Amino acid sequence: MLNFEYLRPSTVTEAGAMLGKMSEARPLAGGMTLIPAMKLRLAAPTALVDLAGVPELNGIKVDGKTVIVGAMTKHADVAASADVRRLIPALADLAGGIGDAQVRNKGTLGGSIANNDPAACYPAAVLALGATVTTNRRKIAADSFFTGMFETALEPGEIVTGVTFPVPAAAAYEKFRSPASRYALVGVFVAKTTGGVRVAVTGAATCVFRASAIESILAEKFSAEALASLRFPADGLNSDLHGDAQYRAQLVGVLTKRAVAKLS
Amino acid sequence: MLIQFVLNGKPVAVDVAAYDLLADVVREKLGLTGTHIGCDTSQCGACVVHIDGRSVKSCSTLAVTLEGAKVTTIEGLASPSGQLHPMQQAFHEQHGLQCGFCTPGMVMSAVDFASRNPNPTPAEAAAGIEGNFCRCTGYQNIVKSVIAGAAAMRVVK
Ligand SMILES: Cc1cc2nc3c(=O)[nH]c(=O)nc-3n(C[C@H](O)[C@H](O)[C@H](O)COP(=O)(O)OP(=O)(O)OC[C@H]3O[C@@H](n4cnc5c(N)ncnc54)[C@H](O)[C@@H]3O)c2cc1C
Ligand code: FES
Ligand code: FES
Repeated sequence: MLNFEYLRPSTVTEAGAMLGKMSEARPLAGGMTLIPAMKLRLAAPTALVDLAGVPELNGIKVDGKTVIVGAMTKHADVAASADVRRLIPALADLAGGIGDAQVRNKGTLGGSIANNDPAACYPAAVLALGATVTTNRRKIAADSFFTGMFETALEPGEIVTGVTFPVPAAAAYEKFRSPASRYALVGVFVAKTTGGVRVAVTGAATCVFRASAIESILAEKFSAEALASLRFPADGLNSDLHGDAQYRAQLVGVLTKRAVAKLS
Repeated sequence: MLIQFVLNGKPVAVDVAAYDLLADVVREKLGLTGTHIGCDTSQCGACVVHIDGRSVKSCSTLAVTLEGAKVTTIEGLASPSGQLHPMQQAFHEQHGLQCGFCTPGMVMSAVDFASRNPNPTPAEAAAGIEGNFCRCTGYQNIVKSVIAGAAAMRVVK
């Protein structure tokens, strides 16, 4: 790993100022993606701004019909949270199925969505639940947050502070894991929200996306049978050593049906 | 940078660079080579240690982040008189290892897991050590060890 400066702010304002001063500085959250990338020199920031010492970024709050999860909240804490289990069990299940216990003990919600790995789990939940991402500068709707492969609407130096999840009427996440990395080969998050049925697919393409064709079928009739004749198109889906586009398209259908079956 | 933390119950102060990983610091600077490094991708679990009571991968943790933390490595599990931790004893008795390369990480993960799941089923025990790869045993005896170790930890408590 190349050397860098290590900075440890104690407030979001201080962290923002540190990031603003150096263009090659990056926030450090759980480090479960960033540190391996730096070891392989895929990333070489000149400074790391460690968010671990910023208490306001950590924790889970319930506010009316929403659950607010701080950016530095670890996957293990979301999985174990009584509030999340009660109000959005699908989100707790998703967090509890990320990687392995040691990844969940360090990895964070903010790190996961800022990174926007095409095979990451959290982006599917944020998008399907119609959540709002809060940063040190503004609020960003999920529909405009995930913009491409490892790309988000975040500007340089912008820090995710938390995500506000509206409590859905019902939701389920089904993931077909890569047996080696445990990331989603395909993952489908289905949610019945106040804004209608929302279906987000991760792992299948270069970026998480909403399956609008499936959403319209389910809006008419919310049942696995309604999807019986579904043939999800393979156009534009990923092909790699883990599976080709046809295989992923098939998985989108199967996993959506499983998620819907869980809810009916 | 000089950092201070508690390692296996004793305070240590060690000079580290920003890029020094905890795994390298305990092995190279503090002479504790029980923590192994088996991959470059944070996937194998050979390097698992406990930080403030939670199991984490020391190959993906910067040492500078540990100021004031409590770190336990495999060397910190046995009693000072040399009596093995119940989980170590269970791995010994159930033949939970062959070459032993994965064992330190396996045991550290298992201890954290069993402290939260004192009476696991075989499926739960297998899921608990999902982050630890073993290239020798085929996992059957490791799962038996985790279950036996969890039972022994219940008795000790
Ligand atoms: C073996 C293994 C298996 C995994 N399996 C899965 C899986 O099944 N599903 C899954 O979804 N993920 C998986 N992951 C990824 C894991 O969830 C990571 O924890 C996550 O992607 C990154 O979170 P982090 O907190 O570790 O972030 P870091 O690695 O610290 O940071 C990641 C990136 O986000 C930036 N960043 C971090 N926090 C913020 C913030 N608050 N604001 C702005 N930018 C920020 C950093 O600068 C960096 O660019 C796995 C990882 C490993 C090593
Ligand atoms: S050395 Fe492989 S996970 Fe740490
Ligand atoms: S005993 Fe050899 S790798 Fe597990």
